[in-house]
Amino acid sequence: MLSESAAPQAVWVEEHPVFDFVRQTSAVAEAELRKLRHDHLELVSRMVQPVVWLVVFGRVFSRLREVPTGGIPYLDFMAPGILAQSVLLVAVFFGVTLIWERDLGILQKFLVSPANRLALVLGKSVSAGIRAVPQAGAIYLLALLMGVHLWFNPVAMAATLVFIGLGAALFSTMSLIVACLAKTRQRFMGVNQLLIMPLFFGSNAIYPLQMMPGWLQRISAMNPLTYMVDGLRAVMLREAHSVYGLGWDVLVLAVTAAVLLGLATKLYPRVIC
Amino acid sequence: MPDTPSLRPPLCEAQAESAQNGKAAVEVTELSRSFGSLVAVDRLSLSLPAGQIFGLLGPNGAGKSTTIKMLTTLLPPTSGTAMVAGFDIARRPGRVRRSIGYVPQVISAEGSLSGYENLLVFAKLYGIRRSLRAERIQQVLEFMGLTDVQNVVVQKYSGGMIRRLEIALALVHQPPILFLDEPTVGLDPTARQMVWEHIQQLRNELGTTIFMTTHQMGEADELCDVVAIMHEGRIRAVGTPAELKAGVGDGATLDDVFAFYTADQTDDRGGYKDVVRVRRTASRLG
Repeated sequence: MLSESAAPQAVWVEEHPVFDFVRQTSAVAEAELRKLRHDHLELVSRMVQPVVWLVVFGRVFSRLREVPTGGIPYLDFMAPGILAQSVLLVAVFFGVTLIWERDLGILQKFLVSPANRLALVLGKSVSAGIRAVPQAGAIYLLALLMGVHLWFNPVAMAATLVFIGLGAALFSTMSLIVACLAKTRQRFMGVNQLLIMPLFFGSNAIYPLQMMPGWLQRISAMNPLTYMVDGLRAVMLREAHSVYGLGWDVLVLAVTAAVLLGLATKLYPRVIC
Repeated sequence: MPDTPSLRPPLCEAQAESAQNGKAAVEVTELSRSFGSLVAVDRLSLSLPAGQIFGLLGPNGAGKSTTIKMLTTLLPPTSGTAMVAGFDIARRPGRVRRSIGYVPQVISAEGSLSGYENLLVFAKLYGIRRSLRAERIQQVLEFMGLTDVQNVVVQKYSGGMIRRLEIALALVHQPPILFLDEPTVGLDPTARQMVWEHIQQLRNELGTTIFMTTHQMGEADELCDVVAIMHEGRIRAVGTPAELKAGVGDGATLDDVFAFYTADQTDDRGGYKDVVRVRRTASRLG
């Protein structure tokens, strides 16, 4: 009889749920990272936009000495903002792969596996976090070449990685949610166009919040990108300080990411219906 | 295929056992699914003994894929119950997932990874013991005749190779039940023959229960022990291909049986979405 005891037990093991969860998450992340290995062009093409921002926009606005940067050169001020922007831009398009996998049967295969649904989503987010690191490294280097006063403290540099990974995971999870709701590439792209500009310009990436009108300040204070930039600025630059406090920045990002993960996990299995 | 390597011992005893005792592998009771006002599957009941190749036949839009999606836990039913491998699909989805392999109609292998990498990811996802992982992957690759191309990126595979890899992916955790949604759609005759032989070998050697959908009568005739004809969400007839043919008349083919039970069929079922999906699958595989 095909009862529970007679179910095939030969090849697979059930470990402690926590180990199972970690293994499943890393399997999903591994698949994503292995895909990246076969595509190097992606990394290069992602570098174009931040270079334009830093070299063109940054240089021009450096001459405008009106921006209250807190006593640091404008190029220094905007470098962490552009780094965060490049992470954001890659992350918000991450969800399109989910639509691709749904239109093929790849997502169905993952959902038919016994893997924990949260592990399926978290694996994707973790891979997005890891994918952002080499790209961030390249912008870091570019900023250095342009004379931005970076802070070469090992702890601060590690903290930079934390903010990049956390931000990438957060915005890619947001993108997965958009993909789950949009379900088609066209609608996904449409929603993304709506999201990107407000997220970027409604943040402290290229100007401080105090330059904004009051209503916009209040909205920007609810934008996770603001906290990512605030944290990055404090740990990337020698002379800058966090407006909200580093602990608060990390907390806001982590809690937002957790809420989005929960939501994405709920929506994930419904995307194929 | 004269001497395809065997997938048998030491790993598959549990399956063989479960196949021998003839208990229902899939037991469906009054299963329904609606999408808005459309009833895609209407109070479906059927019992499928272990170790058989079962074919669910029907025109586009008959509810075949919806049925498979419910039985594989992808889609919750509106009402009714089903037991797969002895587990309730609604209450024990995790157990059901452990016990089944699923090959969707559309392509389910990751094109930008190699065949080996695809299998590695799923072996990890299914928790194949680390000590057995490499061996198990090589076993299924060998069984499906893909050993030589295991390190080639799947994008460079032929349609038949992709299908065989997808079946290999569904086998990596040794499921006693395998769900195949239109397994040979878009394949050329040689590739189709090869897939058929593997399906038969799985049943004959390992006692794997096969639940497949098709709308090719030749395929059902060649392969299936039992066939059910589904139309407008309901099962119209169940039996061996011989029984069904005899029931319709002397010298009847399965095509005649199909036409007989879906006679009120007009050409307006299925619709755009179905056509797009089938053609897209066909062109990708072709």
